[in-house]
Amino acid sequence: MGSFHPGRIVAGLCLAMMTAGAAHASSGMEQSFLQPMGPVAEEQFSHLLRVVGITMVVILPVLIGVPFILWRYRYAKPKGDYTPEWEFSKALEWALWGVPVVVVLVLASWLWYSTEKLDPYRAQGPDPLQVQVIGLDWKWVFIYPEEGIATVNELAVPVGRPVELTLTTDTVMQSLLISSLTGQIYAMPGMTTKLNFSASRTGVAEGENTQFNGDGFGLQKFTVRALEPADYAAWAAGGSSELTLDEATYAILRRQSALADAREELGLERNAQPVMMTLGRQGIFDQIVAKYHGRGDGKRHADWGGTGLPAEGTGGGEK
Amino acid sequence: MSQDTSPIFGNLNWNVTPYTDLLRDVNSSTIIGAGAASVLVLGAIATLALLTYMRWWGPLYRNWLTSPDAKKIGIMYIVLGLVMLARGVIEGFVIRAQQATALGTLTQEHKVGLVAPDHFAQLFSTHGTIMIFFVAMPLLIGLINFVLPQQLGARDMAFPVLNQVSLGLTAAGAGLVMISLLIGQFGTGGWTMYPPYTGIDFSPGEGVDYWLWAILISGMGSTLTGMNFAVTIFKERAPGMHFMRMPLFCWTSLCVAIMLIYAMPALTVSSGMLMLDRYAGFHFFTNAAGGNMMNYANIFWMFGHPEVYILVLPAFGVFSEISSTYSGKRLYGYTSLVIASMSIAVISFTVWLHHFFTMGQSAGVNIAFGIATMIIGIPTGVKIYDWMATMWRGRVRITAPIVYLTGFFLLFVIGGLSGIILANPSIDYQVHNTTFLVAHFHNVIIPGVLYGMLAGIHYWFPKAFGFRLDETWGRRTAFLFVGGFVFTFLPLYVLGLMGMPRRSPTFQNPDFMPWMYIAAFGAVLMLCALTSLFWTFFTSYRNRMALAVPGGDPWNGSTLEWSTPAPVPEWTFPRIPYVAARDDWGERKRAGDPWKAPQQYCDIEMPANTAHGLLIAGAAFALGFAAIWHIWWLVILSFLAIPGVLALRGMRVIEPKVISAAEVRETDQRFRHLATTLAPITRAEEESERNRGVPDISEFAG
Repeated sequence: MGSFHPGRIVAGLCLAMMTAGAAHASSGMEQSFLQPMGPVAEEQFSHLLRVVGITMVVILPVLIGVPFILWRYRYAKPKGDYTPEWEFSKALEWALWGVPVVVVLVLASWLWYSTEKLDPYRAQGPDPLQVQVIGLDWKWVFIYPEEGIATVNELAVPVGRPVELTLTTDTVMQSLLISSLTGQIYAMPGMTTKLNFSASRTGVAEGENTQFNGDGFGLQKFTVRALEPADYAAWAAGGSSELTLDEATYAILRRQSALADAREELGLERNAQPVMMTLGRQGIFDQIVAKYHGRGDGKRHADWGGTGLPAEGTGGGEK
Repeated sequence: MSQDTSPIFGNLNWNVTPYTDLLRDVNSSTIIGAGAASVLVLGAIATLALLTYMRWWGPLYRNWLTSPDAKKIGIMYIVLGLVMLARGVIEGFVIRAQQATALGTLTQEHKVGLVAPDHFAQLFSTHGTIMIFFVAMPLLIGLINFVLPQQLGARDMAFPVLNQVSLGLTAAGAGLVMISLLIGQFGTGGWTMYPPYTGIDFSPGEGVDYWLWAILISGMGSTLTGMNFAVTIFKERAPGMHFMRMPLFCWTSLCVAIMLIYAMPALTVSSGMLMLDRYAGFHFFTNAAGGNMMNYANIFWMFGHPEVYILVLPAFGVFSEISSTYSGKRLYGYTSLVIASMSIAVISFTVWLHHFFTMGQSAGVNIAFGIATMIIGIPTGVKIYDWMATMWRGRVRITAPIVYLTGFFLLFVIGGLSGIILANPSIDYQVHNTTFLVAHFHNVIIPGVLYGMLAGIHYWFPKAFGFRLDETWGRRTAFLFVGGFVFTFLPLYVLGLMGMPRRSPTFQNPDFMPWMYIAAFGAVLMLCALTSLFWTFFTSYRNRMALAVPGGDPWNGSTLEWSTPAPVPEWTFPRIPYVAARDDWGERKRAGDPWKAPQQYCDIEMPANTAHGLLIAGAAFALGFAAIWHIWWLVILSFLAIPGVLALRGMRVIEPKVISAAEVRETDQRFRHLATTLAPITRAEEESERNRGVPDISEFAG
């Protein structure tokens, strides 16, 4: 956090006060980077405070000066000189331009440093856990190729081990955000993006899509569990073997529906519990990315439900 | 959309109105939809009835709709902007009401909240589209139209008929957005309409097309306006009006003109490409077949970011004028302000990528655009300090515009702070697409643009209509808009930091609720502010005799527009003035006897009235509407009508309207006589009925 800075303390107090209500989320899920669960979100939070603190140098003079000027020089009862012809001062010009320039120089240096450091493509350490993410309307499929499992709307990660998400969608553009762990990254069909982070403590967090994509947008949340490595291993091994991610189940998931509706269609109880599946085969993620790269007439085009709108389900998609 | 397209009616049928939805299912969402349509229909009927009953059709047509006078065109732009503002604010209220009732669960069987999710999506899409394109743009273009020629010492815009056409195209676009309340649905992709969600696969139907045609048509109008402003400033200045003598409002208008010319085509291109995707099976932005949706964001924001500064710069011009006038002091740092304005105009073209830091490009690219974004804060900060220095050691009258200016100062810097926060890619990754972002842009656009425009309207209103606006109600309105903003949008910062995504029809976190209620209360204040604004106009109109300022200079101003009577005559100046100094009217006051009559009067040529703007607007509206509903015969007809009308005008000899020297002399001498007989008032009496528009010049600036 660096050296003592009065502005930063003021800013920190303001932020803390504003978000006091969020300190203990009622749902038991961490939802904000103001309660970070990993080094990336932690650094983002402290960078936020830093920026607020530094910027106060140029903001406070306005917040204090304007009421002062209005009070002192009000027409009804003015104090102080009246200099109607005064329109220029070289010294003041230097200050008016100079101070913002210096502040921006400082801010720009920090910006450069923190953007490099928090680049979502930069791995957080050796041997990251690889998870592939497919955004669907209105749910997320997480594929763990190493573990041979796939989940819907649940991402479990071991504490301490870096994680690398590789994202795509099989519908419109989406944006995956796990605020208490890391920032967001867009996901687009036929393309992949990456998001690197790691968890430093156990806990449950909420992840979500932030890019509006239709009626079920508000329901496209997922659970993120940061588990002790042993618990993680148990979680990964304890997957249900009743469901397999294959063309048939994928066709159901790909329909426009929220998780609860999709569970019903998969023959599960209607609730918001995540779904765990075994992987039918390897390479599913790559095939789903690749199907958008055909010429529109080739075979790949028809794999995994094709590139068009999915078949109608019983979800909220139809009007 | 499943039925066949009729050759005559296209895709139109009796099931496209919200009344069909209401008949199918009565709930709060369909009631609100049908209610909004009914307000539109009843409003239109009431307007038509009033015009007929008062026999106003003739005057409306002759004095307004066919007038090429920039001042009248400006007023019509502003009226359009205010009407659309009413709809935009009400929609904003419904959005807040929805989210205050939208706490749900992940397993919810039924939709929660006041309106259905797709209705909510239409609301935030039209709200954004209206506020940017049909409130902010008409207000600022209208204000520039009204003020710019008067400040430059020009009779009119360089291209008066083109000006009509620009207004007509803007109104046609606004008309399309309005009619979507009654006929069919609007798009659901937000005001940016990112594909592929808005592509034909995921958004079939007329919704996105409404947006596309409204934007394309009004965007053409704005491009033409930019050219008109630029040529007017370059070619129509009065003799002696050097660039460095122009009032700051003219400088910011020049910035806006240049930016409109360079920025608007990018919007035309991005919407044109999306249109080709949707209508002609192209694949610019589709998922498959080589489309790339990222390029839409790229081109759109090449327009979109300069647009933000197009909106805010005229307000900066207004603040420069009012801070000086109401402080009874020269503007501090004129040259600095000119340099800062031009810097903002140029740098604003180099920052657009910060709208999609999260799209997956390398850190290096994000760093470059992040730093560019911060750099634009420097000239903006300088401007704010310059206005503070203008008021320092002044004698500040706390009029309604100064209340707006104060609100701007105190709130805009918070918006600037959140802008600096968002400029950091590392933080933007967190708060992008959340309500933090929503709070940020409302935080710059409401205090920046809306307060600026309302302050400008209050300031120049007497020049347009001959009477002042009620100062007490003006201040009440300003306080309500300030309070409304604070309560509505500061909670959204907190919600954004708590992880609430923007545009969300429902959410599951009960912790959001207190903030949602505060924001909803703020939305009520905003409704009150809107009502108070219209009441200010109404009560001032009723009181117009007491508020009349025929002397034309109610605020003891220093720029040229205050040298003429109020209301200002069509020809503005009896003789084009010779400008000898910056703030020429102020200098003439210092020299004594500013109301000296010109030595001789000449005939004045003014552009003749013409219906061309109206005809082209009608054709453009028909073209857009027909294309949205696939009524192909009407598309062809109206598309051909536009060049047809232009060709027709080209083949006719057009005589200007000549105002005889005798008439000008008579009017002008009457005004000069009035100015010498009315009792001059000091600034202390500015708000009293004694203010007849003739200031005590001995009190003027030293």
